Amino acid sequence: MIDLHGYGPRLLEGALVTVELALLSLVLAILLGLVTASAKMSRNWLAHRIGTLYTTTIRGVPDLVLMMLMFFGGQIGINQITDWLYTQFAIDIFINVNEFAAGVITIGLIFGAYMGETFRGAFLAVDSGQIEAGRAYGMNHWLVFRRIRFPQMMRHAIPGLSNNWMVLLKTTALVSVIGLSDMVRIATEASKATREPFTFMIIVAAIYLLIASVSEWGFARLQKRYNVGFTEAD
Amino acid sequence: MRLRTTLSLGVLGAAMIVGTVNAEVRDIRIAVDVPYEPMEYRTPEGELTGFDIDLGNALCAEIGIQCEWVVQGWDGIIPGLMARKYDAIMSSMTINEQRREQVLFSDPYITPPSAWFAPADVEIGTPSEETLEGMTIGVQRGTLQDNYVTDMYGDVADVNRYATADDMVLDMDSGRLDAVFLDFPIGKSTLIDSEAGDYKVVGEMITEPKEYFGEGFGIAFRQRDQELADAFNEALATLQEDGTYDEIHSRYFDE
Amino acid sequence: MEALTTWLDNQLADNSIFTLQTLGYYGEGLATTVQLVFLSLVIGLVLAVPLAIGRGAKRRWVRLPIFLYCYVFRGTPLLVQLYLIYYGVVFVEGIQDTWLWVILEKPFVPALIAFTLNTAAYTTEIFHGAIKATARGEIEAARAYGMSQWLMMRRIIIPSAFRRALPAYGNEVIFMLHASAIASVVTIMDLTGAARFVYARYYAPFEAFLFVAAIYLCLTFAILYLFRYLEKRLLAHLKPASG
Repeated sequence: MIDLHGYGPRLLEGALVTVELALLSLVLAILLGLVTASAKMSRNWLAHRIGTLYTTTIRGVPDLVLMMLMFFGGQIGINQITDWLYTQFAIDIFINVNEFAAGVITIGLIFGAYMGETFRGAFLAVDSGQIEAGRAYGMNHWLVFRRIRFPQMMRHAIPGLSNNWMVLLKTTALVSVIGLSDMVRIATEASKATREPFTFMIIVAAIYLLIASVSEWGFARLQKRYNVGFTEAD
Repeated sequence: MRLRTTLSLGVLGAAMIVGTVNAEVRDIRIAVDVPYEPMEYRTPEGELTGFDIDLGNALCAEIGIQCEWVVQGWDGIIPGLMARKYDAIMSSMTINEQRREQVLFSDPYITPPSAWFAPADVEIGTPSEETLEGMTIGVQRGTLQDNYVTDMYGDVADVNRYATADDMVLDMDSGRLDAVFLDFPIGKSTLIDSEAGDYKVVGEMITEPKEYFGEGFGIAFRQRDQELADAFNEALATLQEDGTYDEIHSRYFDE
Repeated sequence: MEALTTWLDNQLADNSIFTLQTLGYYGEGLATTVQLVFLSLVIGLVLAVPLAIGRGAKRRWVRLPIFLYCYVFRGTPLLVQLYLIYYGVVFVEGIQDTWLWVILEKPFVPALIAFTLNTAAYTTEIFHGAIKATARGEIEAARAYGMSQWLMMRRIIIPSAFRRALPAYGNEVIFMLHASAIASVVTIMDLTGAARFVYARYYAPFEAFLFVAAIYLCLTFAILYLFRYLEKRLLAHLKPASG
């Protein structure tokens, strides 16, 4: 058996942090993505502009740079707001952005931009006849979204979604650079303390592969589910 | 684990801690950058230990407050203090003028010099522009050693900057570095006394010029927290008198 | 306008961060980033073409190792690959005594190897997909002309796959530019490395990172426009006929 020099349990904890970070960022990214897609498809000029600005700038800058900007600069920015609240309205609060929250927010923000593009394409791919049919049944806007647009959009969005998730998963490794104790961070700490970099990094690589394989399988099942009613016809 | 308990609350908003800020001496959070053996490092189980940790805990006990340690990478450690992520830094931080513009320092609690370390088989005379020409030198990013080496030898030598002292040691082990410039106790503990590799100290202990090397290590506070700094200075004087300081010192440094 | 220039003058006069020294670091950083990304992309591309052909080969022993290589390199973070290669080369017995060490000693080449292997894996998959999507008619036409397998590959399949792969490859180029930011982790003074240096020295996160973000943004746009131009030139035949 491989000798982990007592770092085994912490490595597992780190793996858990990685998974939690990835899942929470995914939720945030999907929510942001839906909002962005609606903004970009909206007839409102301002919403459209803001959506476009968000997706282009975020996708034009490296994840690591954004992460450092948010993590190192974010707290100072937030403090300036709370300081202003204090001097203007005597409201005394302090909001502490910890590494984990900073990680979730940054990764969520980055992938919200990618998700926005994925969802926009998927919404556009839904046959407009379907929507008209819904309207003809007297469904209101929200009901059309929930029963017709969303489920059919998902069928088109899943390949993009799955792709984004795979990239997101690997992006979580970068939080180790800003100091969050994910599994890459713990592996680097362990490899330096024991001076055996190979052992720990190979294990981390294997865990990433495992997570990737499991999610691939999961997305294949999801795709099957949303394909119901289409596959036979093809 | 702290991260996960905040997380188990589930909602992202819960990961933000909302509290009030006031100026009296209270329970505080102290930032430390690990590993920097023997000043601060972790056991394999993840427990923090080291001279700074033990002395810091003794100081807090003397003042009668609870102190929580927060691990923070060196290059973000001063911005984190100003951003109020924690209330003090006790992490082998040298008191110097450049930092004094940003933070308030306690009295120095230990005064170690800096020194050059090199693999035993590398021939370097007394470090100077001539002897270091073309060499690859390792420093920790954002330290006074980084500033010193960058300003003095940045034009003649390659300066490799590392996030932690350990990264640097690993590269020294693999033969990528010709020399490193470090706080002496850290170099002694991680290079000279370690089993892996064969290292030596090159040249004299360096404590001048003062604009880089300052007056020793101090605890850093935000500038408005004068009461907190006073409380720590008082406690430090007490511990130095009653022998606690010497006892802690002897745990990590052999004379 | 005059107000703007005086404001700019004041900003430059007051600032202690963007001195000649730090701007020099940013400049060298830009050069390093561009070199690193350009070299890894070119070598990666050269590797990817035969790999993509092999990836679709009929023989299992050709197909399977390539598939595994792509799977592993696409399924793990580049940061982990970089660590493994940077620290891994040291563990090759006695390497410090060979001539190879002269180039592997510096962080540039290990990083270049990691980036190249990574981009080659992604590019292989992109080309593989493009080759698979070759229209049957094109292949049949080539066969009807009596072309050999090799000639068909060279004259028909690869050129048309190249064009189809262009948009996806453009994304890969941008992806590589952004991924190169992690080079600073192994002490390379690339653009991000310069920003981290300036940040750590002056405790100025906004100035250091916003400035570098703007440079990356410009580079991204330059790549974007280059590929848009290439697509316009090379994919003109796929556009719906106008008028």
